[in-house]
Amino acid sequence: MREITLSQAVNEAIAEEMRRDPTTFLIGEDVAEAGTPFKVLAGLADEFGTERVIDTPIAEPGFMGIAVGAALTGSRPIVDLMFGDFIYLIMDQLCNQAAKAYYMSGGKLNVPLVLRTNLGATRRSAAQHSQSLHALVAHIPGLKVAMPSSAYEAKGLMKTAIRDNNPVVIFEDKLMYNDKAPVPEEEYLIPFGEAHVKREGTDITLIATSSMVQVCEAAAEMLAAEGISAEVIDPRTIVPLDEATLIASAKKTSRVIVVDEGHQSYGITGEIAGRINEKAFYHLDAPVLRMGAMDVPVPFSPALEDITVPTPEGVAENARKLMSGEMIHAA
Amino acid sequence: MADTKTNTEDYMRMYRQMVRIRVFEDNANQLYLSAKMPGLTHMYSGEEAVAVGICEALTDDDRITSTHRGHGHCVAKGADYKQMFCELLGKEEGYCRGKGGSMHIADQSHGNLGANAIVGGSMGIATGSALSSKLQGSDDVTVCFFGDGATAQGLLYEVMNMAALWHLPVIYACENNGYSEYTKTEEIAAGSITARAEAFGIEAFTVDGQDVLAVNDLTQKLVARARKGEGPFFVELLTYRYHGHHVGDINRAYYREKEEETIWKESRDPIVNFGKWLSEEGIASAEDLKTMEDEIRAEAKQAVDYALAAKYPDESEVDMHVFAPTDPATLRPGA
Repeated sequence: MREITLSQAVNEAIAEEMRRDPTTFLIGEDVAEAGTPFKVLAGLADEFGTERVIDTPIAEPGFMGIAVGAALTGSRPIVDLMFGDFIYLIMDQLCNQAAKAYYMSGGKLNVPLVLRTNLGATRRSAAQHSQSLHALVAHIPGLKVAMPSSAYEAKGLMKTAIRDNNPVVIFEDKLMYNDKAPVPEEEYLIPFGEAHVKREGTDITLIATSSMVQVCEAAAEMLAAEGISAEVIDPRTIVPLDEATLIASAKKTSRVIVVDEGHQSYGITGEIAGRINEKAFYHLDAPVLRMGAMDVPVPFSPALEDITVPTPEGVAENARKLMSGEMIHAA
Repeated sequence: MADTKTNTEDYMRMYRQMVRIRVFEDNANQLYLSAKMPGLTHMYSGEEAVAVGICEALTDDDRITSTHRGHGHCVAKGADYKQMFCELLGKEEGYCRGKGGSMHIADQSHGNLGANAIVGGSMGIATGSALSSKLQGSDDVTVCFFGDGATAQGLLYEVMNMAALWHLPVIYACENNGYSEYTKTEEIAAGSITARAEAFGIEAFTVDGQDVLAVNDLTQKLVARARKGEGPFFVELLTYRYHGHHVGDINRAYYREKEEETIWKESRDPIVNFGKWLSEEGIASAEDLKTMEDEIRAEAKQAVDYALAAKYPDESEVDMHVFAPTDPATLRPGA
């Protein structure tokens, strides 16, 4: 199978969907001729024109609000938010307007909108261009949240997002834009709420999102060399969450680490760990472990930044501790 | 003044719509005072000529966005009393099945994209609705209602900038009722309100918001121009809010003199003054108008009684409408 980059995969997905549905359009800062700073959207303005690939002023709440209004009136906007960190700027339009319109109107108005943005530290971009803020939006009823872990997922999830009748937020890992993965030539979509078992295992389950999937796959390799069989599961969407697959794996292996690049406190790792505790408690041989980013603003210095996020070594070390029973009585 | 002979029907409809708003609000206030309505509500009384003058220049395909003080816009855009009262009381037959309440009534069948409880929250939505018109090649116009208080929100300036750059068919209708919640507008708005829009090259107008014909005349012209791609426009409508910020804001002498309220009610009332004009012009007698009002009051009473007796939504509806369904067939390759 051919291999393409995550960036190309996103570009292909959007191009295919814009060809399929004339009501779709792209809107955001420097999306047209510039094709975004990461060049993810390069060439789309050539094909679809600047009528449908719309450059905006630097006004995130404004263009987000405009997208919500367009979505309420028969259009299907794909909003480009240059950095995930800017999500704070659009919170009212995203969480008070887009997320609630269908519910508040008793099912009369809906907002078919995709917000594509990014996450991920270790790019030496400091505290305002490195955050992984998906937990903020996953907390809000009415928003779906997709977290592609490779080019394959990026394409399939984007296509589903564009066809979904709700606001969907997609967080791409900005460090993975140039990473290649096998992506079929023929059309495919990845349904929301279906986790993917990336690697089967029997001793311990590593549940990982987005950037952390490859971290956990590397950790699983290390563990395999030591005779520990780790299962790696990528939920792919955190809203909706494929709880059944996660619970089944937890019951099978009896040990779970949840790894995510958002801050550890009050985050995705705690949510998933909580659900496993509630639904697989008697099957567990060890506490479910959370591994998120440190609860500090992302520092600039490489010497500091690199220790704020989970690494394969760190995941493997915790897995060994869970396997040896060391953590059971840690409290 | 427009031609009185050919426009009789329009005038009578405008009068009727203004009375419908006033009567709706009188009933909503009573529901609050008699503790029959859950929560609070914000009265539109006094501002009727604004909503009616504007909405009478629109078709059902033209859209509006509304505010927390939104009953007037809703009625003026064609909404039905029964469904509105049911919504105010949280009943299943309400416009939003009781999930929205007073501050979130949406009536898409008449182009009302909904009231908004965030001050200034719908400015983006209205502008996006206008972008849809442009992208879809339709000549529908969107009117964004907001108050003077909302001019303090930054979102307005972001979206006016884009609307002006892209020549969108949107009319920003600033209902300046003199008060930003519990504060005089002059204390929250520096400089001129219309100059804010003019800075973006948007043509801006100020109109007497108590004069329904003046409002309607201006809006008709602007809507016609917006349909031809000459938008956006900005209109400041000078008006007055008879009640407090909300129905519970009774003792308001600390920010507003009773005398001021009396002057507006006694000399500037949009319904009374328009009614007088209709009589002077021989279009309708005072008696005709009284009969019309009585009919409307009877209809309102019936709607209120209906809503009071109507069912609440079943508890099973609580987690309904969080997400809109997506037809699985559309998610297949090749679909």
